[in-house]
Amino acid sequence: MSIFVDNDTRLLVQGITGRDGLFHAMQMRDYGTQVAGGVTPGKGGQTVEGFPIFNSMHEAVAKTDANTSIVFVPVQFASDAIIEAADAGIKLVVCITEGLPVLDMLKAVSYLDKKGTKLIGPNCPGVISPGKSKVGILPGHIFREGNIGVVSRSGTLTYELVSHITNAGMGQSTCVGIGGDPIIGSNFLDVLRLFRDDPQTEAVVLVGEIGGCDEEEAAKFIRQKHSKPAAKFVQQELGKPAVAFIAGRTAPRGKRMGHAGAIISGSSGTAEEKVAALTAAGIPVADEPAQIAQLLKEKLA
Amino acid sequence: MKLLEYQAKEFFAKAGIPVPREKLVLSVNEALSAAGELGLPCVLKAQVGVGGRGKAGGVKLAKTTDEVSSHADAILGMDIKGERVERLLCSEAINFTEEFYASITTDRANRSMVLMVSAAGGVDIEQVAAQTPNKILKISVDPLLGLQTFQTRRAAMFLSDDKEIQKQIAAILAKLYRMYVSNDLSLAEINPLVLTSDNQVIALDAKVIIDDNAMFRHPNFEGYRILSDDEVLEQEAKQHGLSYIKLSGKVGCIVNGAGLAMATMDLIKRYGGEPANFLDVGGSSSPDKMLVAIDLVTRDPGVRSIFVNIFGGITRCDDIASGLLQAAKDAPLTLPVVVRLTGTNEVEAHKILEGTSFIPASDMADGARKAIEQAGGS
Repeated sequence: MSIFVDNDTRLLVQGITGRDGLFHAMQMRDYGTQVAGGVTPGKGGQTVEGFPIFNSMHEAVAKTDANTSIVFVPVQFASDAIIEAADAGIKLVVCITEGLPVLDMLKAVSYLDKKGTKLIGPNCPGVISPGKSKVGILPGHIFREGNIGVVSRSGTLTYELVSHITNAGMGQSTCVGIGGDPIIGSNFLDVLRLFRDDPQTEAVVLVGEIGGCDEEEAAKFIRQKHSKPAAKFVQQELGKPAVAFIAGRTAPRGKRMGHAGAIISGSSGTAEEKVAALTAAGIPVADEPAQIAQLLKEKLA
Repeated sequence: MKLLEYQAKEFFAKAGIPVPREKLVLSVNEALSAAGELGLPCVLKAQVGVGGRGKAGGVKLAKTTDEVSSHADAILGMDIKGERVERLLCSEAINFTEEFYASITTDRANRSMVLMVSAAGGVDIEQVAAQTPNKILKISVDPLLGLQTFQTRRAAMFLSDDKEIQKQIAAILAKLYRMYVSNDLSLAEINPLVLTSDNQVIALDAKVIIDDNAMFRHPNFEGYRILSDDEVLEQEAKQHGLSYIKLSGKVGCIVNGAGLAMATMDLIKRYGGEPANFLDVGGSSSPDKMLVAIDLVTRDPGVRSIFVNIFGGITRCDDIASGLLQAAKDAPLTLPVVVRLTGTNEVEAHKILEGTSFIPASDMADGARKAIEQAGGS
């Protein structure tokens, strides 16, 4: 299996005629993703680099039977594009565009929940199930099919960690970058639940950073015991070993470290708190990226 | 972007929320003429971005002209938590009998907005929340529905038993919400919202934070921005698509991606060095961005070495390498630069840098160690 994307993923690229949209449409096709076409309003009917272009998501979905979309459109139009995809019946939207206004995103995630559409991002590198499908901008060559699930708030830091995992001879089931915007679709918990239910995933790597309390929530989830009195076994909610890395131990308070979400406000959101919460939940935290593979090996041994 | 009180009050006034008569002044003389206009007694309030100005002596009641002049003189130029006071708000003194708290903010965890009110206003609301949480009413506002009339009514009834006062509060909350959504705010706070001795509800203080992501919809808000010296550099970086934050160490960092940039700083610290800055050059990096990045980092006189740490995805390593060479050509680099380039087009990149003065690093850890060594240790 794997989560979010696999061999059945049929992808539409929203904003396919833009520089990044077209480049990555080709990269994804080269990786093996089924790219069914793209949407750029006003450019429907054309074919670019072999991709059919449509004027709207409704038309594109009707003609291609796509189930997934990726958003590259400029920020002014990005939340509209996300909502359009859900309205057209798309089941998973991945938004690469960054810096979407918070009030727009509150409305968008609320509408997507109603529609039963999942969202990854905004401001994310996307998702890849190595050997099956890539919906995002991640460099495909550093990944290898395997049994490690990776969930991360970051882009290039994820690549750094994944390359250590791959170089140590291990592969990934799915790698998800959840995004650095203040309001994102899928958070750590949503992704962990999917990894829990995915038979291909045997261990999870969690890549967090300062700001918010997502890592603490994830730690609670991983540690949480089933409280049903009838249950014979007291089992971890995740049911699989997990290891973690947290970025931002040296970050100053009150400064937004690139990502809107990465900010220590008051006394909350510090790396120390996150490391402590994860450690207390039995999740070893690597002190530097190069240690992640060793921690995984110990957990899987 | 966080506004100063007098700027936030402009938002309030435009939204129709009652505020005291007041005037911004920059000198003792201006304070005297403002006090003449507003009448005595009046209140002089330091306009700073940090909290706790009252305790620091930045808010004073002046009953006489002499007091206006001595208080204004004392507050102007005062240092409040590292911020120098350059502006004063001169406000009519209001007699009040009750102090409320009201705010609207984004609840990230619940993906909604939240209206918060309390009859225990005038003090630090986080303290109230920690010690007497039952004194605070939180009402979740559905982003698709917006603030409903019954919600403002419920909040008003929580604050007062008097129907006339409830009416005034409900109207203010409705206006606060309209102001919040139409200006793309991430916080609109009134603390205190007071009941005057003649039964009028009025906002004595105002706090407004604008959602940075929505600034493109409100280009005129840029006029509200007041930058400190460090922030001038941060803003300049932003205009070039870079994210820069100055710190105080010796090892300058140039990295692609915010997470990797933070991890790079952490690693330098772990190996006994001190990072001089956070710098994320972002995705699709053109050679030009490297020129700006090198320029920004080398302008910090404390920097002794530079560590360029790039994991190429969309970023092409050869672009970074060409940018580095160009930067060295434009202005000969006097600082040692350690370069780690991995990922897309790394082979080409390594060729470009071969035989130059740039110091190659095999991986992130190697790069961090070399950069610290070049900086002369910790």
